[in-house]
Amino acid sequence: MSFIVDRRLNGKNKSTINRQRFLKRYREHIRDAVDDAVNQRSIRDMERGERIIIPRKNLNEPQFHHGAGGRRTIVHPGNREFQQGDTIARPPGSGGGDGGDKASNQGDGMDDFAFELDPGEFLNFLFEGLALPNLVKRQLQGDTHSRIVHGGIVSQGNPSKINIVRSMRQASMRRRALSAAARRRLRDLQAEYDKLLNEEQSITRQARLGELKEQIERLERRIKGIPYLDTVDLRYNHTVRQPVPMTRAVMFCIMDVSGSMSQEMKELAKRFFLLLYLFLQRNYQHTEVVFVRHHTSAKEVDEEEFFYSRETGGTIVSSALRLTADIIRERYPEDRWNIYAAQASDGDNWNDDSPACTKILLEELLPKMQYFSYVEIMPRRHQALWESYKQLQQSMPKVFALQQIDGPGDIYPVFRELFRQRLEEH
Amino acid sequence: MADHDTARPARKAPLSETSEWNFDLIALYDREIARIAHDRFGLDTFPNQIEVISSEQMMDAYSSVGMPVGYNHWSFGKQFVEVENLYRRGQMGLAYEIVINSSPCIAYLMEENTMPMQALVIAHACYGHNSFFKGNYLFRTWTDASAIIDYLVFARHYIAECEERHGVEAVEQILDSCHALMNYGVDRYKRPNPVSAETERNRQQEREESLQKQVSELWKTFPAMQPDIKRRKSTQRYPSEPQENLLYFIEKNAPLLEPWQREIVRIVRKMAQYFYPQRQTKVMNEGWATFWHYTLLHEMYDEGLVTEGFMLEFLQSHAQVVYQPPFDSPQYSGINPYALGFAMFRDLRRICEHPTEEDRIWFPDIAGSDWLGTLKFAMQSFKDESFIQQFLSPSVIRDLKLFAVLDDDEEANLEIRAIHNERGYQQVRQMLSEQYNLSIHEPNIQVYEAAVRGDRSLTLQHVRQDRRPLARDKAADVLRHLHRLWQFDVHLESVDQGRVVERLSIPAATEEPQP
Repeated sequence: MSFIVDRRLNGKNKSTINRQRFLKRYREHIRDAVDDAVNQRSIRDMERGERIIIPRKNLNEPQFHHGAGGRRTIVHPGNREFQQGDTIARPPGSGGGDGGDKASNQGDGMDDFAFELDPGEFLNFLFEGLALPNLVKRQLQGDTHSRIVHGGIVSQGNPSKINIVRSMRQASMRRRALSAAARRRLRDLQAEYDKLLNEEQSITRQARLGELKEQIERLERRIKGIPYLDTVDLRYNHTVRQPVPMTRAVMFCIMDVSGSMSQEMKELAKRFFLLLYLFLQRNYQHTEVVFVRHHTSAKEVDEEEFFYSRETGGTIVSSALRLTADIIRERYPEDRWNIYAAQASDGDNWNDDSPACTKILLEELLPKMQYFSYVEIMPRRHQALWESYKQLQQSMPKVFALQQIDGPGDIYPVFRELFRQRLEEH
Repeated sequence: MADHDTARPARKAPLSETSEWNFDLIALYDREIARIAHDRFGLDTFPNQIEVISSEQMMDAYSSVGMPVGYNHWSFGKQFVEVENLYRRGQMGLAYEIVINSSPCIAYLMEENTMPMQALVIAHACYGHNSFFKGNYLFRTWTDASAIIDYLVFARHYIAECEERHGVEAVEQILDSCHALMNYGVDRYKRPNPVSAETERNRQQEREESLQKQVSELWKTFPAMQPDIKRRKSTQRYPSEPQENLLYFIEKNAPLLEPWQREIVRIVRKMAQYFYPQRQTKVMNEGWATFWHYTLLHEMYDEGLVTEGFMLEFLQSHAQVVYQPPFDSPQYSGINPYALGFAMFRDLRRICEHPTEEDRIWFPDIAGSDWLGTLKFAMQSFKDESFIQQFLSPSVIRDLKLFAVLDDDEEANLEIRAIHNERGYQQVRQMLSEQYNLSIHEPNIQVYEAAVRGDRSLTLQHVRQDRRPLARDKAADVLRHLHRLWQFDVHLESVDQGRVVERLSIPAATEEPQP
């Protein structure tokens, strides 16, 4: 009478299309929410999903409902103290608007609609509309990456790669070719035999018939003896490795750790670097990060040291730029790597060093680089470095950009500004 | 002692001892429950199809409103996201079961459930809900259980096809608009003549052509020089009588809809009609199913088929299901249909089996009658509104401590109109019954006029009951959707005691002279 079916093995993602349509529809709201979230998020968990809250009114599927007002009677359970004819004060807020709530039958008091975006979706929204400048310029040949492609048919190979259709065709051709002469002769003999059969009985005829019969049988045996499938027939699919172009990027994080950079400033810088890193990771199959910190002299360090150890001293920015140039020369030849750099500083620098920075950038770094962005973390007025960089930016607006960050709320907008997809480029 | 032994059938060995389930056990329990339900209590059911699914699949089923095959729409995605979210954060347990009114009757069991829960679900869904679907007059008249799956498949394919031909966006817009009017896509009073999905498919082509012809006929512009046409203008209103089924009216009369758009309107309307009986029988349906899982499992216990541990687990779940928080509890969100329905069916059985003096006065016809027959009659022939009207007994009112509150915006205070006492029973019963009357619960809105010979505008009328107004901003949103379907001006008049008290127009009338 009853059928019992195990459906657990069926796909569970029946709602995927509907979910995607929903996300698409509320793209705008979700993006706003993502923008908010990024600014409040701690740096470590940027790659986690996000809980998105959308004001419920935007999600409404409207229906006709009764509004507040008029006269209505409602039956409730659980009476304890009321008697017929009692009057009670109207509870605040209810105002008789019960009907609407009930009719919507979705949890009371839920003003907002909240749900989780998974990390992938979150990053998609985060970086939507952003693009890496000058990315198209270099699609580079990597040495390590290749893919396997079909390379024709060969007569020798691995049994697992036998091409059955081609092998059988080959065998059929061989059988036909080898038996052609025999079959032609057989046809002639058969014709003669048939003709003789119709003639009148005679001794010669009988002898000839016996002879013919013997020959026919021999020929048939020979044709039969041709092997159906021979090793020479086998054909194999061939595959070859083909190198694929791969995009690789290296990102230099350059940060000032002199005494004038407070811990909060470093935190801000770190958030910025992190965003940049995530962004590069999405755009390149392979991304490397180089951390360069500097005060009066520059040093390549690991991530931990870059963000957390503290040093004091004056500031010579050019030392870091020089080191970057050296590293690029040694390890990241510009014809193989997409090179990005982000520099964060409070703008403090030795007075006569700023022109030197400009010079290094202009002559050594920028020609090799995809993009160099400078963020000044400085709530107050600009310092010496800004002015020289400003001039640089005006002369090379495509590869050099600078922005100022005042507080945590600025990071994402500044990031967006730096990497906004520029219409004229596409 | 010996007497006791002979009165009862010998106790059998329990079917299982642990809470683990497997497919053999499910089949075994199902067979036993079926035996008791059919042979002992004579429940009439569709064949069952029991499907074991995972919790993710349950969420999928949830978000497609329990339809096994549904067309794609973002609102289902929204629902899925909402359910998934609540479930992940542990704020909501998933329902143990979903059951679909079809033949065979499809019931979903979650793999996470224990054996007692699976047995409860089988009893509840496969024999409770199932017999309700098969027996209740609303389901019998309005839905065709054997054809619904086919129709859903047809609808899904049709809509997917439309998306391919006309773009996802265009289809989505029509669906959005139809969904907004879904509650007004049912015939409340007319009876349908059911067609099977097979015929439905065959007729669709035909309909497309003939419908368009018919609409064009209606909207044919008359040559202006014919003098008598002008005179006829004021004499006839179209439609001659107000129409309650807005979607039907649109399907048949909207001037500019493409044939495929009309078909989509029709699909949504059919959906609405299919779900309409469920909306009208929440209390009865759940009450009936709950009553039967309670009765069937107790019967199994009496036969010795299940252990005491099983019963404890079952009773705990059962108690949760039928819990009714009092009105001042933070958990309170209206009357729990399971609690009310279960209490009523159970009390009905008590009235039949052990009637008191009070029962004999209130229910002279059924007090002391055969309980099984009486319950089946009640299940078959009523909907929530009339069921409560007929069978809500004083003892249930007392148990639930029901009381009625009058909220009148012309008074400063709320007034307690009736409570669970001798003077109040009748009134409480009356008011509770009205509370479940969908035509009172939902605003009464009908098509009043389509200006066939004028500006082609469509006028709806909302007849106010007890001065209750419409939620205006929502109504405006719905009208925007209606406007999308109708494509000419739409108006909504709110009528109180024969006078138009409020008027809403989309697009908003800018210089309409106020009377």
